[in-house]
Amino acid sequence: MTAVMQIRDLHLRFPTGRSLADFVTGRPGREVKALNGVDLDLKRGETLGVVGESGCGKSTLARCIVRLHTPSEGSIEFEGQDIFGKASRDDRSYYRRVQMMFQDPYSSLNPRMTTGQILTEALKVHNMRPEADIPARVAELLDLVRLPQDAQGKLPHEFSGGQRQRIAIARALAVEPEVLIADELVSALDVSVQAQVVNLLLELQQELGLTILFVAHDLRLVRHVSNRVAVIYLGRIVEIGDSETLFSAPSHPYSQALLSAAPSLNPDNRGAVTRLEGELPSPLNMPKGCPFHIRCRHANDVCRKDVPALQPFEGRGEVACHHVKEINAYA
Amino acid sequence: MSMEDQKPILEVNELNTTFHRNGRALPAVRDVSFSVARGEVLGLVGESGSGKSVTLRSIIGLARRYGDVTGQVRWKGSDLVAMPDRVLRHKQGREIAMIFQEPMTSLNPLLTVGLQLEESLRAHTDLQRKARHDRAVEMLDLVGIPSAAQRLKDYPHQFSGGMRQRVMIAIALAANPKLLLADEPTTALDVTIQAQILDLILRLAQDMDMGVVLVTHDLGVVAQTCDNLAVMYAGRIVEQGPVRDVLRAPGHPYTVGLMRSVPENLPPRTPLSSVPGVPPSLDALPTGCVFAPRCSSCIEPCLQDRPALTLITDRRQVACFNPVTNAKGNVA
Ligand SMILES: Nc1ncnc2c1ncn2[C@@H]1O[C@H](COP(=O)(O)OP(=O)(O)OP(=O)(O)O)[C@@H](O)[C@H]1O
Ligand SMILES: Nc1ncnc2c1ncn2[C@@H]1O[C@H](COP(=O)(O)OP(=O)(O)OP(=O)(O)O)[C@@H](O)[C@H]1O
Ligand code: SF4
Ligand code: SF4
Ligand SMILES: [Mg+2]
Ligand SMILES: [Mg+2]
Repeated sequence: MTAVMQIRDLHLRFPTGRSLADFVTGRPGREVKALNGVDLDLKRGETLGVVGESGCGKSTLARCIVRLHTPSEGSIEFEGQDIFGKASRDDRSYYRRVQMMFQDPYSSLNPRMTTGQILTEALKVHNMRPEADIPARVAELLDLVRLPQDAQGKLPHEFSGGQRQRIAIARALAVEPEVLIADELVSALDVSVQAQVVNLLLELQQELGLTILFVAHDLRLVRHVSNRVAVIYLGRIVEIGDSETLFSAPSHPYSQALLSAAPSLNPDNRGAVTRLEGELPSPLNMPKGCPFHIRCRHANDVCRKDVPALQPFEGRGEVACHHVKEINAYA
Repeated sequence: MSMEDQKPILEVNELNTTFHRNGRALPAVRDVSFSVARGEVLGLVGESGSGKSVTLRSIIGLARRYGDVTGQVRWKGSDLVAMPDRVLRHKQGREIAMIFQEPMTSLNPLLTVGLQLEESLRAHTDLQRKARHDRAVEMLDLVGIPSAAQRLKDYPHQFSGGMRQRVMIAIALAANPKLLLADEPTTALDVTIQAQILDLILRLAQDMDMGVVLVTHDLGVVAQTCDNLAVMYAGRIVEQGPVRDVLRAPGHPYTVGLMRSVPENLPPRTPLSSVPGVPPSLDALPTGCVFAPRCSSCIEPCLQDRPALTLITDRRQVACFNPVTNAKGNVA
């Protein structure tokens, strides 16, 4: 599989206000370091899952890809072209080819437009079809996401959460994108509706050859839909690899702790969890060395000094940890 | 456990809550009965709109402000449904606490977190000023907010979403309630913080004899925290019993459908099973079993009569004419 999207050394810092203490001591304003050097290839036709604790930068990464944020450093190339470069900026087709779907479709769907109007608008903005062919295409899109044709005349609030999510998917698909960015797409839905939406995504991916970036807290779901998974910690990828391999044998101490916190469906497996000590450090105050060393029970002096690089580890994908060999020696 | 311990502290009998909209009656909760013992956690699951939140709001006396609530909620020898507002208000927050589904909207953005915690303690406990402050620090600490003493001076917007949710949990638990009604308390949290919060709730249930009703859509959370489980569909409980029994061998076709929707022990990227169709609207419920239009086990009687909740094993109740007998959930 070839890379559609190449992300290199991506950094994003959000400036925050200067505190009184900053003024008094003449310190410059502080920065939230949301992304700290993300390297990632998105391969054509794959689903890449992204997991990590709240605040680790998952949404920020997704928003950079659709150009809602401009990175402070680093680059994103789509089919070899820098998406923040002048040529791409002028080329509106990027907005069509890479589509983002949000957690809450209610806030991203205009409450006063019917489903038919919403889809028609999407088709018109990007000149997807000649005027005369639009009604047929709207009907086709509703079929694609398994909504009945009478949905055309209804407003968003007349649908259930899962149905609204399908309208959002239909709108994203209207413009025939190649890449879908799904940020917590199904998190607010109950399990049987989640299953319906996930099935739809898997099917559409097969039919249309879509590439999907799938961000979610539900690890069981990420494991099920993803080909590969990236684990993010404090704005860095600490492990990336084949989904089944990573979930069944995570190699980075952070991945190990994170994955073990997923609640098992078996009531007899209670409390079999490697607890993460301490809280996620504030991105205002990045620790030196390995970003995980404050919470890692394997940490030593090297970890407190040097940032470990993401490196291939024994056929298990890539891992950023100085001691990955020793840690996984007895596993 | 002695008999005394197992006696329920909360008994809900035939709870019915009806809303009226545009001259139509919406039966949001129908004939709901369950009980919770000291230190016990009851899980409440079901599709969106099945009446989980309205059930909790009916118990604590909020739903009666905008709907008709009938039936009994027996709490410490009295009936909360029949209790006058004045008396009920004294119990809310003090004996019975609720964590709401949208915690982000329940904090006042203009007041510091510490002030809101202490305000709640002033209203619901007899603690003096100094003791209230200490308790506030202790609670923030308990819900895993680092440097609690300093963070009390912060405003809600200075906390991340997950931290704000934990503040709401701290407020609910600060007065040592004997009953906690928790509506999706961990849905917005990542798995590590979720595990921490559920641990805390479980510990309090055990150490302080607190009863808990926990609404969630995560069956993993149910398996890890609950003693008993009740499954709701279209305002009714369709199955209830000990968590192990229900998750091991679900009897109601809807419970089976829910369990099979969870991607567990399935080959990756294969289609998940899901309950086909959508739930009925409350003002157009089918005659007969409310689940019939979506049920693959539907038989003739299902279309005529509504099945009542009946015991199928010694501790498990199912409302179904044709319960599934050897369904395996996807629990290994
Ligand atoms: N517009 C912004 N201004 C300042 N800081 C921001 C902004 N957006 C995000 N951040 C900060 O950047 C960090 C990463 O946030 P992000 O939303 O990417 O996290 P996330 O991994 O998506 O978390 P969650 O799982 O809670 O959605 C956080 O510390 C957040 O507070
Ligand atoms: N104030 C109200 N007025 C009228 N109808 C209401 C009101 N509150 C809730 N309902 C209706 O009662 C039914 C049950 O709602 P409830 O909020 O209890 O569902 P839920 O099971 O908590 O769902 P979710 O998982 O989405 O939170 C729904 O059909 C809802 O639309
Ligand atoms: S580099 Fe050191 S601190 Fe970081 S994860 Fe590996 S062992 Fe732990
Ligand atoms: S009563 Fe009949 S329709 Fe209802 S759940 Fe049971 S089998 Fe299905
Ligand atoms: Mg996010
Ligand atoms: Mg609810």
